[in-house]
Amino acid sequence: MTGALKLLLLILRRDRLLAPLWIIPLALLPAGYAASINELYPTAAARQSYADASAAMGGLTALYGPVYGSGLGELTAWRAGFIPVIIALLTILTVIRHTRTEEEAGRRELIGATVVGRHAGLAAALLAAITTTTACGALTTLVMIGQNLPATGSLALGAQFAATGWIFAAVGGVAAQLTQSAGTARGIAIAALGAAYLLRVAGELGTEALTWASPLGWITMTRPYADNRWWTITLAAALTAALTALAVHLSARRDVGAGLLPDRLGPATAAPTLRSPLALAWRLHRALLTAWIAGFAAIGAVLGGIADGMSRLTGDNQQLHDMMARIGGTDAIADAYFASMATLLGLAAAGYAVQATLRLRAEETGLRAEPVLTASVSRTRWAAGHLAFSLLGTAAVLTTGGAATGLAHGLTTGDLAHQLGRVTGAALVQLPAAWVLAAVTVALTGLLPRLAAAAWGVLALCLVINLVGALAQLDERVMDISPFTHLPKVPAAPVTTAPLLWLTALAAVLTATGLYGLRRRDIPVT
Amino acid sequence: MSEAIRADALTKAFGRTQALNGLDLTVHTGEVHGFLGPNGAGKTTTIRILLGLLKADSGTARLLGGDPWRDATDLHRRLAYVPGDVTLWPNLSGGEVIDLLGRLRGGLDPRRRDDLLTRFDLDPRKKGRTYSKGNRQKVALVAALASDVDLLILDEPTSGLDPLMEEVFRQVIQEERDRGRTVLLSSHILSEVEALCDRVTIIRAGRTVETGTLTELRHLSRTSIEAELTGPIDGLATLKGVHDLHAHNGKVRFDVDADQLAPVLRHLGEAGVRNLISQPPTLEQLFLRHYEATR
Repeated sequence: MTGALKLLLLILRRDRLLAPLWIIPLALLPAGYAASINELYPTAAARQSYADASAAMGGLTALYGPVYGSGLGELTAWRAGFIPVIIALLTILTVIRHTRTEEEAGRRELIGATVVGRHAGLAAALLAAITTTTACGALTTLVMIGQNLPATGSLALGAQFAATGWIFAAVGGVAAQLTQSAGTARGIAIAALGAAYLLRVAGELGTEALTWASPLGWITMTRPYADNRWWTITLAAALTAALTALAVHLSARRDVGAGLLPDRLGPATAAPTLRSPLALAWRLHRALLTAWIAGFAAIGAVLGGIADGMSRLTGDNQQLHDMMARIGGTDAIADAYFASMATLLGLAAAGYAVQATLRLRAEETGLRAEPVLTASVSRTRWAAGHLAFSLLGTAAVLTTGGAATGLAHGLTTGDLAHQLGRVTGAALVQLPAAWVLAAVTVALTGLLPRLAAAAWGVLALCLVINLVGALAQLDERVMDISPFTHLPKVPAAPVTTAPLLWLTALAAVLTATGLYGLRRRDIPVT
Repeated sequence: MSEAIRADALTKAFGRTQALNGLDLTVHTGEVHGFLGPNGAGKTTTIRILLGLLKADSGTARLLGGDPWRDATDLHRRLAYVPGDVTLWPNLSGGEVIDLLGRLRGGLDPRRRDDLLTRFDLDPRKKGRTYSKGNRQKVALVAALASDVDLLILDEPTSGLDPLMEEVFRQVIQEERDRGRTVLLSSHILSEVEALCDRVTIIRAGRTVETGTLTELRHLSRTSIEAELTGPIDGLATLKGVHDLHAHNGKVRFDVDADQLAPVLRHLGEAGVRNLISQPPTLEQLFLRHYEATR
């Protein structure tokens, strides 16, 4: 383990901006839930009826886990039930990024040649992930105590978050040993997370034994504020230790750079269709696009599946009813729900748009743009191949999300013919705003390439404005910064074409400006 | 058109770093031209300007009769480039990359492709991420060499190849020259440049310090002489053009400027020579002379 500490410091230094960017919002989120539950259900009776109604809905149990009580703490912990899954996902990405990605890039070799132990890289990555998630848990505990919630329960909630991170850090550590490609390792670890999630859902909705088969199920059984069962945390720590031992064992059995699973061979010659920048872009984007489409199909199915229950639940509470109506812009609660879910889908799809567009920049900094541009390919044609995916891919992702929501809602209400079209439409209305985010990324890539990643900051700003802006009653001028503010609240409100047209025009102008910059500047700018 | 490449007084700065500072480069059509300089001298920057990837701050560049920045797309149909740092798409096989790049350039010769794969002993089925540095370089070399182009621009193409493959590379480049192709070969492997190149350009700190045929360059440099003499010799040290003289037990060793060779040999002959070894300057000596002078 020689050198592990130094590597740990290196990782923490490299992540000094990235890690707080997810730790802090996730740790603050439960406090936000506590505040809004407190405001919407101020009396014990109101909380009890909210808890009863929530527990009766399978869709919500699938998403957040079972409701274990009607106190403010219990309800907050329940509402925060999806956060461990997000922490698990981010931890997996962190660990793989610091292990297999490093190895794939050859940087591991560079460090391996210096005075560091053979497992130092793995140890440092795991330690970094464990430190980070523990910090996230500790912060959660402090913030919850700050909300005047019981200290023991707050500690259990924080421990829940931290322990999930530990387990999936180790899962990532094992996956990183298996394959030569970071992408495949990520896929394996995320599949393990998905399986754990599905087992938890199956356990909570049906056979309880299945909950025991899922580490995420154990985490749920901690029951913060209700029972505060600490043994679940001990179990999680034991599993983390076992998986870490497995990862170390696997790492000892393989060469640097190699994986335990063999890498498959590819074709010796290219298919006749692989002859254009667009065909190349398809090969580079298809995995990302497929993953987003699958994710949107799954999220859409959940959002659509719980819609009917949600609107009945909301109907019981006058204040919530009013609030939903205010956000949605109309009284029809289901429509208001779909309008706000459409915004959510739109913001998420903008995430795809930014990610896909930044591939252009990644190709440049990875020096993979050079071989294409020094063949007989103009810069515009090279960029257009990637932009086809960031623009049309976003449309595909949104259509899938909207259609899945509409399909699930239509099937639960038995009104498929009517719902499918209007809910899909509500999602598609988001497209021009998501395109603006893609176009901002193109403009940055063309004009200020070193700041291209700042597009994520622009998206984060839109997220804050559109998710908390209405509740926080932000100034209208601030709200207007986000393109999503200007969209009609379909299906609660009628479609107005003017904002859709001018947002599309804005996206076109920004894209053209970015391409103009790209044609005139040096490549690569690193 | 007798000049495939002509660059005059190129300058290029990246922020505060002056990468090129008045660089000149002329490559005649049909020659193999060595482009020499240590790391950071500006070789890759020059090449990227010639490829229309970077825009020079000042100076002019012409490539195959066109403007490398303005006419990039058309010119690139007639040239192939192997970067010094080859990165491949991790999920594309080597064979796919070779075919794709060939097609983007306007087609490649499948027989030549197969022949090169065999000679370079490259498995085209492996994925980009699994190739070693040397094998990535081979992928780029096969893609470039299998294309039917007028000009090859190679940026340190052998830095990851083993000696056997370096030999294959030399043969292939000689074949390319025999077919009348022009090659710009950037390198710091001097033996390779010595074996392959008709003319060389040596650059330092973004400026051209020497250019010409190897013979011309040698003429500017010194020959090493080692001689065993039958009799005593005087006045050698004071002769014009003699440097680094060492004398011991009737043996002498010194360097002599190329233009002073004749009088020095006459002087040695008068003293009586039993044995004489004369070595023309290696490229290495030429090279080091330019760099040591400024240290």
